[in-house]
Amino acid sequence: MEMKEIIRGNMATALAAKMARVEVVPAFPITPSTLFPEKISEYIANGELDAEMILVESEHSAMSAAVGASAAGARVATATASQGLALMHEILFIASSMRLPIVMAIGNRALSGPINIWADHSDTMAERDSGWMQFYAENNQEAFDLMLMAFRIAEDRRVLLPAMIGLDAFTLTHTMEPVDYPSQEEVDDFLPPYNPPYTLDVKRPMTFGSFATPDSYMEFKWAQTVAIENSYKVIDEVFEEYKKRFGREYKRVSGFMTEDADVVIVSMGSASGTLRDAVRRMRKEGMKVGAVKITTFRPFPFKEIKELTKNAKIIAVAERAISPGFGGPVAGEIATAFINEKERPLISDFIIGLGGRDITQKDFKYIAETALKEAESGEVSPWVKWVNINPEEVPPGGE
Amino acid sequence: MYEVRFHGRGGQGAVTAANILAVAAFKEGKEVQAFPMFGVERRGAPVMAFTRIDEKPIDVKTLIYNPDFVVVLDPTLMEVVNVTEGLKDGSPVIINTKKNPEEFNLGNYKVYTVDATTIAVENGLGTPMSPIVNTAIIGSFARVSGIVKLESVIEAVRELSPVKKEENVKAAEMAYKAVKGL
Amino acid sequence: MVKIYLGAVNPHPGSALEYKTGSWRTMKPVVNEDKCIGCWFCYMYCPDSAIRMEKVTVKKEVRGEVKEIVKEVARIDYDYCKGCGICAAECPVKAIEMVYEEK
Repeated sequence: MEMKEIIRGNMATALAAKMARVEVVPAFPITPSTLFPEKISEYIANGELDAEMILVESEHSAMSAAVGASAAGARVATATASQGLALMHEILFIASSMRLPIVMAIGNRALSGPINIWADHSDTMAERDSGWMQFYAENNQEAFDLMLMAFRIAEDRRVLLPAMIGLDAFTLTHTMEPVDYPSQEEVDDFLPPYNPPYTLDVKRPMTFGSFATPDSYMEFKWAQTVAIENSYKVIDEVFEEYKKRFGREYKRVSGFMTEDADVVIVSMGSASGTLRDAVRRMRKEGMKVGAVKITTFRPFPFKEIKELTKNAKIIAVAERAISPGFGGPVAGEIATAFINEKERPLISDFIIGLGGRDITQKDFKYIAETALKEAESGEVSPWVKWVNINPEEVPPGGE
Repeated sequence: MYEVRFHGRGGQGAVTAANILAVAAFKEGKEVQAFPMFGVERRGAPVMAFTRIDEKPIDVKTLIYNPDFVVVLDPTLMEVVNVTEGLKDGSPVIINTKKNPEEFNLGNYKVYTVDATTIAVENGLGTPMSPIVNTAIIGSFARVSGIVKLESVIEAVRELSPVKKEENVKAAEMAYKAVKGL
Repeated sequence: MVKIYLGAVNPHPGSALEYKTGSWRTMKPVVNEDKCIGCWFCYMYCPDSAIRMEKVTVKKEVRGEVKEIVKEVARIDYDYCKGCGICAAECPVKAIEMVYEEK
């Protein structure tokens, strides 16, 4: 039986955690994710959720407690954003290398500085290499569904890796939208209790996260990489099962009007809906534009991106993060997907919507037009283009 | 797609007004989206909140630049912010004020007024110094816009009011009747 | 080598015993059991827990009569003693002497 409620993005991820019957939630509040621990503590206080909430003194401790609880065999969820995620940095690598299926909701928010609380992907992009799976939600429904599915995927014995679900600050975390959710019985049937291969147990002592010398460290890293490569298949299986059970379809990457598109614009997160709307409008004007939405950024969908963009003259990547001295991280990875192909579209990088700057249909039109010009001339230069900025606003330096 | 912008001051309930409208329209089978102007809300500072209503699922996630309707929860905001900025030509504006619509000169826009403050205070919602007028003014909105039925608004008000449910319902009903400018 | 499992889990408790650190030593402590008064100081100070206290029966002349008495003495576990010399430095009756391993 499906139920529908109008809730905020943070409430959707908290609801998914509750329905997943999480056992431990160590959390430290941070804008824009604060509502997650608030809702969890409300669920516990109301008796709706039987879980231990650990109130810690920092995000570093929150993730450390999550590691301990997960090693003890508990199903663990938490939430953070921006500086909080950055403070967790070193423990993120420990969680993934210890193969602990912790699930974390991230209110994607710009990293300081200047200090800013609004949406972009710089926080999770900085954790691309942490060994966590990364999913990006387009709306609150996706935030709920991906959060719930993440437990199944993460806890699968072929994977056993942590996962983070990105939901854009405010645009999703604070926006009320209708969200469908299944009954508790249906969720219980979909998601059995976590059955860890090893647990901290005083009756059967073990060492967790032990020291590895040059003799074995590389093998552990290799095993971890095999596991995240296994997750491609596991994610597809879980998405498929979810569709059968609950009727909502998910893909690691989805295309929209890509078949005959000259320019395909790639996006992640909440801007993807606006992008589809922009594509519909541009199509009416006769522009051959398509859209690709990346839902699963880690593991990176090399094959599917190539498949969806194979007919395009140019791929324009609209991304909400910047690696100074390189460009946008997503465009760099898409370029890698094509590097050994003889026939390949041009790839062009657009930086957009940093620090919560609104991303509009007009911005996507500018991207499409610029990319089409590049496709005509055959030259993508410069590689990185900044969308909707006023260069006079801030002096770049120099004299 | 129907887009509504609410102007209020931090603490007056503009964000809740946007949510009540979304829930009311949702009860009538519409697709909805409600969000605050993203930022650092402070009590007394001018704030905005938005509601989108549509028959189809709502894809767009941009801010609302050209609303179809503007609701002003605090008359003093008329001096501070340009409440009609981007409002579609000839569209309606509801202002919470003791004044009559004719006393406002907003050019081509249709002005409606309602004394939501008095209605709120009469029903014990907030204090005369800081009345909570959101539930009342949504009643007026239902009347003027015709986008949602009063019954749906009442259901939504009952659902979203943490306390004084019936007082809030009463305020919505009273403000539905008390709109001037129709 | 101890087999280590997924996520660097080592499910064998006490497996550190397999690493015999006694081979790191250049000097070793030798206890003079006649001098040792069984005070447990060396036991407390040993950073590698490589000292055991054991009960021994010794013959001792008490008022002209030879009696068998039981006393505690320190015994070194040379499998794990790294030869740091802390026990010799701390012994209040100088009953422990550090001697070169090499003969």
